[in-house]
Amino acid sequence: MQSVSSYVLSATGIDKIFPGARALNGVDFSLARGEVHALLGENGAGKSTLIKCLTGAYRRDGGRILLDGVDVDPHNTLEAQKLGIGTVYQEVNLLANLTVAENLFLGRQPRRFGLVDARAMNKQARALLSEYDLDIDVTAELSAFSVAVQQVIAIARAVDLSGKVLILDEPTASLDTHEVAMLFRIVRRLKERGLGIIFITHFLEQVYEISDRITVLRNGQLVGTRETAALPRRELIAMMLGRELVQEVGEAKHSETKAPGEARFRFRSFGRKGHIQPFDLDVASGEVVGIAGLLGSGRTETAEILFGAERADSGTAQADGRTLDLSSPRAAIREKFGFCPEDRKVDGIVGDLSVRENIVLALQARRGWARPISRSEQDRLADHYIKALDIRTSDREKPIRLLSGGNQQKAILARWLATNPEFLILDEPTRGIDVGAHAEIIRLIETLCENGMSLIVISSELEELVAYSSRVLVLRDRAHVAELTGEEVTTNAIIEAIASAHEGRPA
Amino acid sequence: MTGTLKAYAVRLFPQVAALAIILFMVSLAFPGFFKLSFQNDRLYGSLIDILNRGAPVALLAIGMTVVIATKGIDLSVGAVMAICGAVAAASITAGHSLAFTLAVTISTGILCGLWNGVLVAVLDIQPIIATLVLMVAGRGIAQLITEGAILTFNHPGLIFIGSGSLFGLPMPVIIWLGFGLIVALLVRRTALGMLIEAVGVNRRASRLSGVSTGVLLIAAYMLSGLCAALAGIIAAADIRGADANNAGLWLELDAILAVVVGGTSLLGGRFSIAASLLGAMIIQSINTGILLSGFPPEFNLIIKAAIIVLILVIQSPRAQSAFIWLSRARATEPTKGQEAK
Repeated sequence: MQSVSSYVLSATGIDKIFPGARALNGVDFSLARGEVHALLGENGAGKSTLIKCLTGAYRRDGGRILLDGVDVDPHNTLEAQKLGIGTVYQEVNLLANLTVAENLFLGRQPRRFGLVDARAMNKQARALLSEYDLDIDVTAELSAFSVAVQQVIAIARAVDLSGKVLILDEPTASLDTHEVAMLFRIVRRLKERGLGIIFITHFLEQVYEISDRITVLRNGQLVGTRETAALPRRELIAMMLGRELVQEVGEAKHSETKAPGEARFRFRSFGRKGHIQPFDLDVASGEVVGIAGLLGSGRTETAEILFGAERADSGTAQADGRTLDLSSPRAAIREKFGFCPEDRKVDGIVGDLSVRENIVLALQARRGWARPISRSEQDRLADHYIKALDIRTSDREKPIRLLSGGNQQKAILARWLATNPEFLILDEPTRGIDVGAHAEIIRLIETLCENGMSLIVISSELEELVAYSSRVLVLRDRAHVAELTGEEVTTNAIIEAIASAHEGRPA
Repeated sequence: MTGTLKAYAVRLFPQVAALAIILFMVSLAFPGFFKLSFQNDRLYGSLIDILNRGAPVALLAIGMTVVIATKGIDLSVGAVMAICGAVAAASITAGHSLAFTLAVTISTGILCGLWNGVLVAVLDIQPIIATLVLMVAGRGIAQLITEGAILTFNHPGLIFIGSGSLFGLPMPVIIWLGFGLIVALLVRRTALGMLIEAVGVNRRASRLSGVSTGVLLIAAYMLSGLCAALAGIIAAADIRGADANNAGLWLELDAILAVVVGGTSLLGGRFSIAASLLGAMIIQSINTGILLSGFPPEFNLIIKAAIIVLILVIQSPRAQSAFIWLSRARATEPTKGQEAK
């Protein structure tokens, strides 16, 4: 028997039962000291349920958790923190309107004569952050810093509080390449200090870059735990999906799309001051135009003015030679436009309404309140798209907020498909969703395009863009700086375009 | 269809049950409570009295429900009642016809709602602040109209609205039942209800889906203003005069309470007009019941508060999950006992 003491955390036979569903079924999981352990699985596989059982956010219904060989049973996250298990979530769970130092020491501020000793606190905060090579003004509000820096601050707080096990739940989802590299340097250093780190992500490259072992869950069951070095990528995906994916999406070569026909939609010097500089854009029907660029380069802003969420203050938009009214989302929808926004939770789903109501919402809004879609027609539409897009929900009347991210995304897509759009803008359609749903959404994009829809897809996953776009626009500093066509569309060319634009910039 | 009926029954059960329990308790203290009699072509009795006295709050609750569903709140309805009562009294004493008076009064209420709606939807002011403006200013406006005095009238047509009867029921009851039915049908037979709920849950996402969020918000406040106008007319007609200081005083709070007791969340979204109307009747039953039971008047407000706290506790999601947990624990206990043997 392997020596138990080599594991800082070991969980055996974890069960979690929700009304009507078994979320975890006898899952084993172990974490060694100084190990980065990737936890993978599709949406609904049980990753977050397992994490929540470990951190006390949920009470488990069965199984044992040993921390340093001692049975523990945290009743809430605070208790888990005290035991030594800290968690950093994708959406940084700190307080944006407090200073960095206050965030680091919230609830345990150094005191002097019963009052918070701000000077001591700031000094300690600086010392703490210097371990992470972060030299920032700790008296500034947290919101003044980028998500990446906030992430590091959250990690610093969690490690300082807990110090045995660090759980990183999708920490890289909204970071760019440099920021990911910075985060990984920190993770490696913490690993050397002997921390056990659980890493949840959907970026497989990052899994291979940083993790020592991989545990895969599927449908609440443990599929297996393997050494990363001895697990080929294809096999990993097979473990996650439970089936051999014919070809991994990321490796797909740029499909030789048929030469796009005449441009159907023409935008000329379309732009808005302070959002995006005027640009020209032509899109043919049945064409996918990809938009690439770093975070903040103007990708989302481009989508927003195309859809009228922000009104363009210059330029013209035409379809088949007819001028389009894109002054508001409502007007754009009347012109048969659709837009799946990047931030699903804030801009996409209407959380308390049912899956059915979310799917029919845009169609109903276009018809106007006085012409309601009959209930039977709503049911038919909802059932049709739940089946066609494989939206996993127990019931079309379930509030959409209870669905997993990938399924919410598909429901938002269904909302637009129900309006039968001719021009669909997808902003990061695959962000934060698992490999299986990922592949399905990409297949869907290809099908839509074959059916003659014009698509604009914004994505930070370049392989993906290369796979389905016939052209790629490259953005930087809120301007369109390059357009790649046909053979030029490769990940290297895109990276080069972003980089050369940086160099070519007059000082 | 039976499915939706069942859904309605489940939704309204807590309110119906609370109302039934309160009525039963009052009847214990006051034996003649359920007695109805028919005189002069009109029903009389304590139950009818509750329906009649509860009319202003019931009307306000209709508009308040829709406003709250959009994640808003309308604090001005009491003041708007005073304004509309004053307008109605001023118009009828100036010798205008009843039809003209009603039209002007209702327009005034809708205009007040438009003001609130524009502040909320166009200027993006928080609803509680936006409607506070008119709540404070409204009584001043009403006093200007009545010139500080209680403006009395004795136009039989207008008085009929407050104390007349039709089909054996007092006019105020006919008005709130009828208007409640119209609004409930309007929001549920059209797509308005769903669109209002969508705006209340997520205004940004609704706008991006093409919902005219601004128009819907303004319409919700206009409906609330219209409801306040109807309530104001009834209140003035009832006392045959417009009292700028006291008409509708604090009724905005009763209306909000009726909506909350009706189970519509102040966070917006799902709403039920029928449940709010039941909520208004619950509040009125408590008021009437305390009076009939002969408690000293100084206890009234405290008893009312205690009963409402009880209703809210029963409705709270935590209490409900605790109740489910308890009943499940009780159900599984015997089997556990058998296992032990």
